Amino acid sequence: MANQKDFPVIFELSKPGRTGYSLPDLDVPEVDLSHELEDEYIRTDEPDLPEISELQLIRHYTALSKRNYGVDSGFYPLGSCTMKYNPKINEDVSRFEGFSHAHPLQETNTVQGSLQIMYDLQTSLEEITGMNTVTLQPAAGAHGEWTGLMMIRAFHEKNDDTERTEIIVPDSAHGTNPASATVAGFKAVTVKTDENGLVDLLDLKRVVGPKTAALMLTNPNTLGLFEEHILEMAQIVHEAGGKLYYDGANLNAIMGYVRPGDMGFDVVHLNLHKTFTGPHGGGGPGSGPIGVTQELTPFLPKPVLTKDVNQYFFDYNRPDSIGRVKPYYGNFGINVRAYTYIRTMGPDGLKQVSEYAVLNANYLMRRLQEEYALPFDQHCKHEFVISGKNQKKLGVRTLDIAKRLLDYGFHPPTIYFPLNVEEALMVEPTETESKETLDEFIDVMLEIAQDAEEQPEVVQEAPHTTVISRLDETMAARKPVLRYIK
Amino acid sequence: MSFRYLPMTEQDKRQMLDTIGIDTTEELFQDIPEKVRYKQRLKIKEPKNESELKRELKELSEQNINVKTHTSFLGAGVYDHYIPSVVDHVISRSEFYTAYTPYQPEISQGELQAIFEFQTMICELTGMEVANSSIYDGGTALAEAVNLSAGQTRRKKVVVSKAIHPESLDVIRTYAKGPGVEIVEIECKNGMTDLEQLKAELDENTAGVVVQYTNFFGQIEPLKEIQSLVDNMKKTMLIVSTNPLALGYLTPPGNFGADIVVGDTQVFGIPGQFGGPHCGFFATTKKLMRKVPGRLVGQTVDEEGRRGFVLTLQAREQHIRRDKATSNICSNQALNALGSSVAMSALGKHGLKEMAIMNMQKARYAKNQLKEAGFSITYTGPFFNEFVVECERNVSDINDKLAERGFIGGFNLERIDSRYQNQMLIAVTEVRTKEEIDQFVNELGDING
Repeated sequence: MANQKDFPVIFELSKPGRTGYSLPDLDVPEVDLSHELEDEYIRTDEPDLPEISELQLIRHYTALSKRNYGVDSGFYPLGSCTMKYNPKINEDVSRFEGFSHAHPLQETNTVQGSLQIMYDLQTSLEEITGMNTVTLQPAAGAHGEWTGLMMIRAFHEKNDDTERTEIIVPDSAHGTNPASATVAGFKAVTVKTDENGLVDLLDLKRVVGPKTAALMLTNPNTLGLFEEHILEMAQIVHEAGGKLYYDGANLNAIMGYVRPGDMGFDVVHLNLHKTFTGPHGGGGPGSGPIGVTQELTPFLPKPVLTKDVNQYFFDYNRPDSIGRVKPYYGNFGINVRAYTYIRTMGPDGLKQVSEYAVLNANYLMRRLQEEYALPFDQHCKHEFVISGKNQKKLGVRTLDIAKRLLDYGFHPPTIYFPLNVEEALMVEPTETESKETLDEFIDVMLEIAQDAEEQPEVVQEAPHTTVISRLDETMAARKPVLRYIK
Repeated sequence: MSFRYLPMTEQDKRQMLDTIGIDTTEELFQDIPEKVRYKQRLKIKEPKNESELKRELKELSEQNINVKTHTSFLGAGVYDHYIPSVVDHVISRSEFYTAYTPYQPEISQGELQAIFEFQTMICELTGMEVANSSIYDGGTALAEAVNLSAGQTRRKKVVVSKAIHPESLDVIRTYAKGPGVEIVEIECKNGMTDLEQLKAELDENTAGVVVQYTNFFGQIEPLKEIQSLVDNMKKTMLIVSTNPLALGYLTPPGNFGADIVVGDTQVFGIPGQFGGPHCGFFATTKKLMRKVPGRLVGQTVDEEGRRGFVLTLQAREQHIRRDKATSNICSNQALNALGSSVAMSALGKHGLKEMAIMNMQKARYAKNQLKEAGFSITYTGPFFNEFVVECERNVSDINDKLAERGFIGGFNLERIDSRYQNQMLIAVTEVRTKEEIDQFVNELGDING
């Protein structure tokens, strides 16, 4: 039930007799449908969808959009999410009718344009990552992780190496890593981070062994630090018979500087909605291609896009394939956007992307260090983690700092992640932000730190300017209301 | 060369380097081992300016035929439907499409509420109590449902009808390998799930039964009978994949007692896009609420008592539970869920029903015209907007000829099994006119010989 002061949900705008649609005419002779089915299969209770006019509908969703915040609204330094600018040409190209209205099951000779884009994108991603073969089938990063792990599993099984049941995951890893390991039928084993914020090599040697199927690694890691012992780690894992998995969430830091394939990784997933500017869409859709070494190529999901002299086609004859991971061929619409971006930037552009993403992050880190604790005092890559532990002593938590940023029109950084840093704020500015924007953000962050000392309640009670104040999340979870009820 | 997405100037760079206390950006990359540093230029295509790139890609797109250049009778899981103009205008608002997952509810009420409304609409359509915020697509939704049933019942066998979408079946097989779920496939009889075999396969180790309503061949499975078979096995779950448009006319699976209902809202406002992104949905009974994969939006109040929305029950999810999570899914299809919500809102309860009936009427007209033209119709069961016809020759060859004459023909069923040789699965939606259907029947008759 709505209070008067509540913003209406669309069902509350409904009034019997209003319409917002315009269907084609029924221009064929009508037949009586009622005898075809038993009565119990014919719906009697109409689904309670709203009855509203087109303008009402547009006003409703426009109002909702104004109660939302995107990269186009302002700075979005959400760590590990790479909230960079989403170029408008990408949107236009993805809406070309030949791309947006092609059916996935058309005969392949009628969709050569789509197939060429997919093939070129695969080739570009192979070069950028240094991998042998890329598939575009996974729908998102986590889907790519699971696909890659299923391939590693199939590889070990093919070699009758069935005792490899463990996936090693750093304690700073994204939550999807251990979850993907479990869903792929493995046991996740944690390796510790050392005092420098890197994987503890001694601990890695301790946990690695004949049960190791693979090590999953983000490099740079979630602290924004490059795992500089990567070659030794690769050696340790490979010598034990395991594979190396690269979580490409942080690829934005290293394009043109170093390639996962050259570091010894066997499988790589990419988040095209991060590094390659597919928009995040409020949570998706994404796209999570994976690249693999030649050794793992036979295990790729089917079908595999191939080319002969005349045309592009799908190869279904893949006896060692793990099978299909998604209907059709991946999130083509997102892949078109990523392809358009790569073609806009070229080799020098992509390298500059990483150069400036890293420069922006280091500048921001050094300036914020003036007031915030920096757990790992060294150059970072494209993101970094600071700690609100000094402010916490004053009674101001990291959550409060995040909420106070809302009052200044900024999206807060990722908070309380990674889990191995107290009161963590994980900041990723991206290369598309100007120095002026970074400076404004720095000024605000320093001001909040000052407020934490002088007038903490202003921070503790934030936000003060948003359309709604802090929400009761405990009540939401204890008494779940997951749908509208009149 | 300068790039329009990169605002860095030489002066900015100088000032930043000074602040950091270094001379060149190269110093920031010194922690990359010298041995593996990439010293070449990436061998990818050189950049193109905006106009030229757009022209090139436009030309490439025109190498595809599509449902706008040709009159399409192809469905098989992806359909050419009326897309209200409002859909693209709403999802093009950048506050929506350039946002991340709504982790900061105070500045994400728009997205959160839109998803809450989506969840409500899915519950209404399916007759279920709970729906998630969306999931990759109908196929992966089904695979998640299969694994959920195994986890929840602690049983290892799932019985799956071969009358479901063949690519969804492929995905189920792959997903099942992770937790080691045994997939038992039930053959088709007259284009429907063979209920005798289904009954024979059900036992106390069966976690779930999967059927598609309407099935891949367009026919309407007898959910009531299937549910009663499932009910005989305590705990076994009924998992139904469904076309949500058909639920404008058909009794929803929830009313028959389904435990999990999944599907894809591509039929509501989402173009085919060569197979993705579409928008899966996942709906369950209240009992399974805490097992649902993916994000859920819940209603609550703020400090002033105003209604608001948050991501909730997150203890289910990977970022909290890590290796204990039952699904690894992180993203959803929020933007497409928004698009489908807009389409469903535009249609409203009457439009949805009217559209569903119009699909049935036009499909029946096409079927009758084909019959009159001498084609035999393979199956005789009740159907929604798709049916199978027998051709005299290879369907791909026919489709090549149809393409020359301005049509995208139906799905070549031989692609999934050689026993379906020369069978074409034809979809007729509300956007096909009588004239188009008549022409198609003529051309198909002509080519078929």
